[in-house]
Amino acid sequence: MADQALISTPSPGLSKKPVKDKPGPLEYMRQWPLRVIVGATLLFLYLPLITLMVFSFNDSRRNIVWQGFTFKYYAKAFNNESLAQAFVNSLTIAFLCTVISVILGALAAVMLWRFKFPGKTVVEGSMALPIVVPEICMGVAMLVFFARVFPWPSGLPWPLNLGAITIAHISFAFPFVATVVRARLASFNRELEEAAKDLGASEWRTFWDVLVPHMQPGLIAGALLAFTLSLDDFVITFFTAGPDTVTFPVKVYSMLRFSVTPEVNAASTILIVVTVILTAVGLQMQNNEPKDKKA
Amino acid sequence: MEQTWKQARAAFAAISVPPLAWLLLFFLIPLGVIWAYTFGENTGPTTIDFTGTFANYARALEPLYLGIFVKSVVVAALTTLLCLIVGFPVALAIAFASPKAKAWLLLLIMLPFWTNLLIRTFALIAVLREQGYVNFALEWLWNNASGFMTLIGLQPLGEFEPLTLLYNNFAVVVGLVYVHLPFMVLPLYSALDRMDRSLMEASLDLGAGHLKTIFLVVVPLAAPGIASGILITFIPALGSYLTPDLLGGTDSQMIANVIERQFKRANDWPFGAALSFLLMYLTFIAIALQALVQRRSDRRA
Repeated sequence: MADQALISTPSPGLSKKPVKDKPGPLEYMRQWPLRVIVGATLLFLYLPLITLMVFSFNDSRRNIVWQGFTFKYYAKAFNNESLAQAFVNSLTIAFLCTVISVILGALAAVMLWRFKFPGKTVVEGSMALPIVVPEICMGVAMLVFFARVFPWPSGLPWPLNLGAITIAHISFAFPFVATVVRARLASFNRELEEAAKDLGASEWRTFWDVLVPHMQPGLIAGALLAFTLSLDDFVITFFTAGPDTVTFPVKVYSMLRFSVTPEVNAASTILIVVTVILTAVGLQMQNNEPKDKKA
Repeated sequence: MEQTWKQARAAFAAISVPPLAWLLLFFLIPLGVIWAYTFGENTGPTTIDFTGTFANYARALEPLYLGIFVKSVVVAALTTLLCLIVGFPVALAIAFASPKAKAWLLLLIMLPFWTNLLIRTFALIAVLREQGYVNFALEWLWNNASGFMTLIGLQPLGEFEPLTLLYNNFAVVVGLVYVHLPFMVLPLYSALDRMDRSLMEASLDLGAGHLKTIFLVVVPLAAPGIASGILITFIPALGSYLTPDLLGGTDSQMIANVIERQFKRANDWPFGAALSFLLMYLTFIAIALQALVQRRSDRRA
């Protein structure tokens, strides 16, 4: 808004400065019809989630009427061994997926940003495919691939038995990381790289000491994206999970099919809280970045 | 300037081989195998012969399956339209809010987006079921209205009958809108935020009302953002599996549910593969249409 006011200084009589008590013509957020719409939308988005969280503390099996406060469904969820295992599996897969996706995504972004090579459009197109292909199609492709072409050995010790799911998650997550990192690279001044090389830095040192620090906010954003994509995924995991390699969403899904108990609410609340905390940490890390640069 | 790969062969190889190899081995080959399956035939419980037949595609175009495709497109289009109607005013309000309010509102819109899809769908069940909040609120209104009628000496209304809001097509559309709304709001917001506001001010100064300004000035200016919002909402809605599976009834199956059944229960992989590829082609058509709209609006600008 401030920039706008500066730009329109040549015609001060016409420029509209926001007055404190009367909303300006473009301050839509201060007009009641839009306030009502925004409020109703937020209610629509949050009411179901808040209800779910509140009812995880409800002392009633039927989950409909409030009966009193209890932690017992949390205790039950924690003591449910297969649920706890699924939760650990999900976090492990998300962690592995994040690490590998960030490496592959960063390399892919640098490749597309730095080099001209024959077939570049084809490569760019295929890199976008995992982003646009419907999840169900990718899920069945992974099912067939791991069943017939590249059978993942069964009975491997944990966490190697999670290999198939992790590979599938990386395949859809790293193109997202590449997109985010490439957007960040667009603001890089290539002369810095040339200067480093002129001053005798090797290819590797230039990459590590000049390019990677510049990419860092993109890498953090990409890591956050990869982690949540992996933690969130149900469909592709549903097709690659075996009987003893169950992730949290797949486990919750089978609990839902079986019976809806407050235990599911408790487990879901834990996952929501974990996701919100991780997102907050990630956003905080991103927000601190420019300040560090200036200091 | 971009380097040609020949200027730094070793660096190019070190950078490009890992992602390209991964993409080829763990994405393109699996898709290729599925594509080959579309021309295959089941010859036994686990054996599939690649006979080059088109029978799977022919079966997918039978009225039963064609109907499901049409239904999926209609449901996804309706979802997109509702998201646009709700999302546009929200995006407009956020784009013109004060910087501080803007950051909070964006966070509030994005937060459900980071929450697990399955959990969000499950949360809706408690709201929509017969003993859920929507019905409780309606019952309360009904009883009060009924009480009011008796008060003013009229016949009271009959017993309240809860509405069936779950396990039908209505629930699927509500669920899809609920899940995809942030997909629509964010691109709309970024288009509206970048827009040249002096044009809106000019329109308002010259006497056009707010609605007229929005439809004649804002919408054309934000057209590329609207087009990408539509695409980003339509594609996942078209291929959604979980929402129709959990919220839908027997008649609200979408194409993804049929594909899942072919692979997990009916065990007809070639037919399921053909359905998957038809769904993928539909997605590509949607992307191509969006690119066309984008190019036309670029040319006009």
